[in-house]
Amino acid sequence: MVLVFVEHNNGTFKKAALEAVTYAKMTADTLGTDCKALVFGTAEEASELGKYGVSSVLSLSSDHLAHYDSQAYAAAVANVAKASGASVVVLNNNSTGVGITGRIAVKLDAGCASGVNSLPVKTDNGITVEKNIFSGKAISTINLTSPVSVISVTGNTIQPEVVGSPCSVESISADVPAPRTQVISQDKQQGTVAPLPEAELVVSAGRGMKGPENWGIIEALADALGATTACSRPVADTGWRPHHEHVGQTGVAIRPNLYIAAGISGAIQHLAGVNSSKCIVVINKDPEAPFFKAADYGICADLFDVVPKLTEAIKKAKA
Amino acid sequence: MKQLVCISKTPETTTQIKLSGDSSQLDVAGINYILNPYDEWYALVRAIELKEQIGGTVTVVNVGDASNDVVIRKALAIGADDAIRIDQTPDSALSVAKAIAATVSSDGYDIVYCGKESIDYNGSQVGSMLSELLDVPFVPQAVNMTVEGSTATIQRDIEGGTETISVNTPFLISAAKGLAEQRIPNMRGIMMSKKKPLNVVSQDISDSSTTVTKYTLPAGKGSIKMIDADNMDELVRLLQEEAKVL
Repeated sequence: MVLVFVEHNNGTFKKAALEAVTYAKMTADTLGTDCKALVFGTAEEASELGKYGVSSVLSLSSDHLAHYDSQAYAAAVANVAKASGASVVVLNNNSTGVGITGRIAVKLDAGCASGVNSLPVKTDNGITVEKNIFSGKAISTINLTSPVSVISVTGNTIQPEVVGSPCSVESISADVPAPRTQVISQDKQQGTVAPLPEAELVVSAGRGMKGPENWGIIEALADALGATTACSRPVADTGWRPHHEHVGQTGVAIRPNLYIAAGISGAIQHLAGVNSSKCIVVINKDPEAPFFKAADYGICADLFDVVPKLTEAIKKAKA
Repeated sequence: MKQLVCISKTPETTTQIKLSGDSSQLDVAGINYILNPYDEWYALVRAIELKEQIGGTVTVVNVGDASNDVVIRKALAIGADDAIRIDQTPDSALSVAKAIAATVSSDGYDIVYCGKESIDYNGSQVGSMLSELLDVPFVPQAVNMTVEGSTATIQRDIEGGTETISVNTPFLISAAKGLAEQRIPNMRGIMMSKKKPLNVVSQDISDSSTTVTKYTLPAGKGSIKMIDADNMDELVRLLQEEAKVL
């Protein structure tokens, strides 16, 4: 059985969570077994996960799971995995997964692959999966041979796919230790665009912007697209933009459908973090900018001229 | 405050990755190695800042052979007091975490740091695994930390924002950008680093649950299409109809 840990926000599921469910369902099909989802607490839409292929949803309620705590969460997932006889545990490689993936693997004595971006392939002695290494400069194929495997899936690896109908939701119990961390507060940016690691459309800019006061045209383009804004390392280091916008080898590695880069030359460290993007558009006035070699579409011109024109063209197309 | 910083050695960020003939190995010829930036710039420096503020010690620990001593000495030059090198092949995250746990579990560290990931294998697993093996709370992706007495208040990155966590020692955090500012070792630090203790211990922990069977390089982009700056309608059309991303 494949067990997928699915996070919910007040009862509803984000796209990334549904991606993990579809990934788990496809994994179960490959292994010729079924797939169950584990949710913490009661999620109003839980039965909807059946549409994405799970045979049932296991709903685990405990006061100890009210807030994220890596020990409590990992113990809960591991204990349910043991009790239900799961051979593969799937979860998202996000800020939750990064704290618990390794802990679950230790608890289950399981082989572990994190940040995976391919569906598993069955082999003679287990399964293989692929993941980006060197922030996307290379890909490694990992063979998991232990009786139980833990896989955390990178966002945008596959798209959620409806393959069935709503399923039953079963309340279960499991030992969950008391959390030893306390969540005091959460501070999330307001707005409706997806946060950077999950974003499908990203508009990014670099030193070619000349100063933080010029970012209005980038924000206008992002607004027109419904895209998330990002930046290069020098821009974050000089404080023009917040650190969390920095994409690249020492920032966030992303794989959106569309990455538009304005005024970014395309140093190898930057390319490493973005070259998994499905489509890359580069706007740069320097015809020698290395980024042009890694792009699908290029505009060799002054970004202060091009970006507003592109914004207008997108508004026109959307109207 | 007794602090431990887990450090790893990684190829420098400008490294071009090449494969050996049969793709089963990375071609490491000519690669320059550095301290993993997340371990050095953020984890190690925050530990040293805290020591400067409230006292105590900063120990660094690394898993690998004697060729790692160069980057370990750099950590000592930046300001760690002493170092442990566990002489074992770091063949997987689990074997590294187990080797560190086996070496330090009875040493009573108050705060253990890892970088949020190593920039080579991008696994982000050692911190999570080590926290489980040491049975301590784990706060991943920390971008800010203040400590009062035995209580730390930590901000960590979450999707679209930050989360503020309170935790008592002992605990483990993984360091992300923002936790501290990079420090360049000065001449005095470099001189002193040569005299600081670098203790080598042996562990022999292997992990056969995962094996890398192959490396590949990403498929390159086809030829680029250049679009005229005055024809953004054409770019939008291509994004919709050809690339199908809008």
